[in-house]
Amino acid sequence: MMKHITTLLLLILLGTQGIVAQTKISGKITDQKKQGIPGVNILVKDTYDGGTTDVNGNYSFTASDTGMVTLVATMVGFDPIEKKIRLTGKDIAYSPVMKESVNELNVVTISAGTIEASDEKRTTVLKPLDIVTTASAQGDIVGALKTLPGAQQVGESEGLFVRGGTGTETKTIIDGMVVNNPFFSSVPDIATRGRFSPFLFKGTVFSTGGYSAQYGQGMSSVLALETQDLPDRTSSTVAISTVGVGVGHNHLWKDKGMSAGFDLNYTNLVPYFSLVKQVPEYTRAPQFSGGSLNFRKKTSASGILKFYGYFNTSDLGIKTFDIDSTDGFKKLFELNNLNIYTNLTYKERLGEKYVLNIGASYSTNIDKIKTISDTIRSQSDLTQGRVVLSRGVGKLSIIRVGAEYQYAFDGFKIDSRVNPYYVYHNTTNIYDNYVAGFAESDIYLTHKLVLRLGVRAENSTLLKKAVIAPRTSIAYKLGQYSQVSFAYGEFYQKPDRDYLFYPQIPGYNKATHYILNVQRVDDYHTLRAEIYFKKYDNLTSTLSDTTNSGKGYAQGLDVFWRDKKSIKGVDYWISYTYLDTKRQWLNYPKEVMPPFAATHTATLVFKKFFTKLNLSTGLTYSYATGRPYYNPNNPNFMGDRTIEFNTIGVNAAYLRQIGNCFAVLAVSVGNVIGNQQVYSYNYSYDGMRREAVGPPAKRFFFIGLFLSFGQDRSKEVIDNNN
Amino acid sequence: MKKLILIALVATIGVSAKAQNPRYVAAMEKNTPMADTARDGEHLQSLANNFERIAGAEKSEWLPLYYAAYCYAKMTYTTKGNTIDTYCDKADVFIKKADSLNPNNSEIYTLKAMIASARISVNPMTRGQKYGTESAELRDKAKELDPTNPRPYYLEGTAYFYTPPMFGGGKDKAKPAFEKAMKLFETFKPASSIAPNWGKDATAYFLKKCDEK
Repeated sequence: MMKHITTLLLLILLGTQGIVAQTKISGKITDQKKQGIPGVNILVKDTYDGGTTDVNGNYSFTASDTGMVTLVATMVGFDPIEKKIRLTGKDIAYSPVMKESVNELNVVTISAGTIEASDEKRTTVLKPLDIVTTASAQGDIVGALKTLPGAQQVGESEGLFVRGGTGTETKTIIDGMVVNNPFFSSVPDIATRGRFSPFLFKGTVFSTGGYSAQYGQGMSSVLALETQDLPDRTSSTVAISTVGVGVGHNHLWKDKGMSAGFDLNYTNLVPYFSLVKQVPEYTRAPQFSGGSLNFRKKTSASGILKFYGYFNTSDLGIKTFDIDSTDGFKKLFELNNLNIYTNLTYKERLGEKYVLNIGASYSTNIDKIKTISDTIRSQSDLTQGRVVLSRGVGKLSIIRVGAEYQYAFDGFKIDSRVNPYYVYHNTTNIYDNYVAGFAESDIYLTHKLVLRLGVRAENSTLLKKAVIAPRTSIAYKLGQYSQVSFAYGEFYQKPDRDYLFYPQIPGYNKATHYILNVQRVDDYHTLRAEIYFKKYDNLTSTLSDTTNSGKGYAQGLDVFWRDKKSIKGVDYWISYTYLDTKRQWLNYPKEVMPPFAATHTATLVFKKFFTKLNLSTGLTYSYATGRPYYNPNNPNFMGDRTIEFNTIGVNAAYLRQIGNCFAVLAVSVGNVIGNQQVYSYNYSYDGMRREAVGPPAKRFFFIGLFLSFGQDRSKEVIDNNN
Repeated sequence: MKKLILIALVATIGVSAKAQNPRYVAAMEKNTPMADTARDGEHLQSLANNFERIAGAEKSEWLPLYYAAYCYAKMTYTTKGNTIDTYCDKADVFIKKADSLNPNNSEIYTLKAMIASARISVNPMTRGQKYGTESAELRDKAKELDPTNPRPYYLEGTAYFYTPPMFGGGKDKAKPAFEKAMKLFETFKPASSIAPNWGKDATAYFLKKCDEK
């Protein structure tokens, strides 16, 4: 008996090894469009048995197991599929359909009104580096964004004039915190640059309208900047240019968990102005000195604490021809500015689903202005705090709730010599406690369809009013590369700072946006077109008293085309903006096209890299039709138009690695053809004389040498031809 | 008799367990030479699939994972743009698993460096800094873990070779790295018939290229 059992047992044991039941499995694997998928790995789980589909998606293999097994099909870009199947030795036909997996590239994103520059995201219109290499930008973020559709070519004052809005209708935000004075303080009719270096930021979102409920107080637009995380390595920089010098150092601790850095710079325009004649006469040489500090620390695998502090002082004085003086008298304008901006943010993941963002910021801006008769001290302080909690829902959807608090102090002190015997004194201080709360959800109905519902509530103690602003957008993916989206939103903004000092403070100004966007973005090309309608209500009017009786509208078309491929080694983009806008506000007697709007604006940006010559070159051509200006002799208010605006800017950068020092020699020229540019006209009170407002010099020249040490760039930049 | 059954059982099971090894080695030996020579995307994909299957069946082996990652890293050379990232993501999954099975291995760090370099080509201007640094650090770690491994030097050579002279690259800088790699290749003995042993022909090819004017 025992013997029998043993034999049997041995037979069974050997049998399972010796006798192999072969099952042939074959079929065709297709995608949802019934197209065969080549290269799919189809196999019996945890075994060697399997195959790869051919060009048409067909496969066939034999499995040596018997009984219940799991068939698995995997392919990059598709969700894996598993199926339990019984192998008996009889042929099996199995032809599954694989679903494209959801990833950043095939998920729809809300694109209406949004232009993004980011290295992290794969499908953005711009990269942060584009901002530095755009010829007309001269290293200024706003300068680069002006080459995008929706922005106007306004040269006489700083800021982004978006879709019929003024420069103050665009709010600048750094890591969620509002920046009150993002530009250097300016003298009349001369635009200034942005305060912040483009190298500070890893991401830039330029919204031309219809933006998220996370932000407020910008009737036209927000420019949301996201600061860099920890640097890749320790490095030092030195910059020497025709306008000044700068040094900086950034230290990265060895465990790569913490970094700290500073930079200092000094700008003096006297040498430059002695070579390039300026229209205004400078009584005090423009000087800027300042710097910044930064500290970043990883608090955990997912937490990061960032501090950024900026300070700058500037001093200048100009004398300009007084249009009302018949004997050649010149007006004096002296400006001394101190600006401090600080920003502390903390981000951490809480559990699997939640992300917490906390921020605090303090800033102050003090302008001391002196004219022949007046001495003015103007101060703006802003203290703010912000908390945002986000929660992921499912794979793609997200809910955000947040709150903001801002405490603003604005002081204005004037001593005005009315006549030799009388000086008028006035001091006005205003305070505002502004509180806002928002809730927003991005609801992905499928990976092709997303609905964003948001609402923002704002209350200002100064305006003594609370408002509720709904925001909503919807986006649908049409194909692999293209999508369509629509955005609607209501946007409130406090009146411009100047009007807050009036005895009767006007209330919120309001804009309502409707935007329809179509875009197609692949690896090398971007095409986007957007039409919009924007309605302005309750604009500040100063006709009789300061009220909110102003109104207006803006509508138009923005087109953007970028091509990095068609011409070898060349990257170019073209922007076109059509704008139809009218408004009645301030002292306008009727609804007219305002002086900061041009009907047609177009920009061509061209970049070419000459690898053999170590040379990067760029050209920007900007065009705009004439803008309205006020001529007291024309009974038709704002009925006149300036000449067309045409300008070409060029730049070139020579790059060279010398040991561990990476050197960039940059040259750029603004308005290289030197044609006349008229932004507007200033008229004398009697209307008898006028003076064109234009750039302070015909052309702008810049030569700079930038050295960065400790960076062996040879390990970094791999040629495009790789 | 009971004893006999037990012995029989143990023996058969023992044989089955041991029998996997030759099968594994055979399967690997069939595919590894092709992983080195294959250039075309389709071929690499089917090889990657083979290695993925072997990895699924042999859960404690790091080499099939390593080779699957290697095939996906090589597939990045057959494509452009965002697809490169997709392949790198896949390669990363395999190499991370391999790393957890066999930590501090010079070959694994070499491959990690190769994947990081591959990501640069999506957009060299904007990604050079981040992934270039990462790749160089991984290469250095690979050299440290095994100074006799020629492959990190070969990768260093290619990084210099494809970097324009203005960024400190170029043939002049690439050549010493390739020469060092070649010297190591002369004496390099792979640990087994299926251990990584690629890169010698490519090094010779690049060395010749470096001398071309």
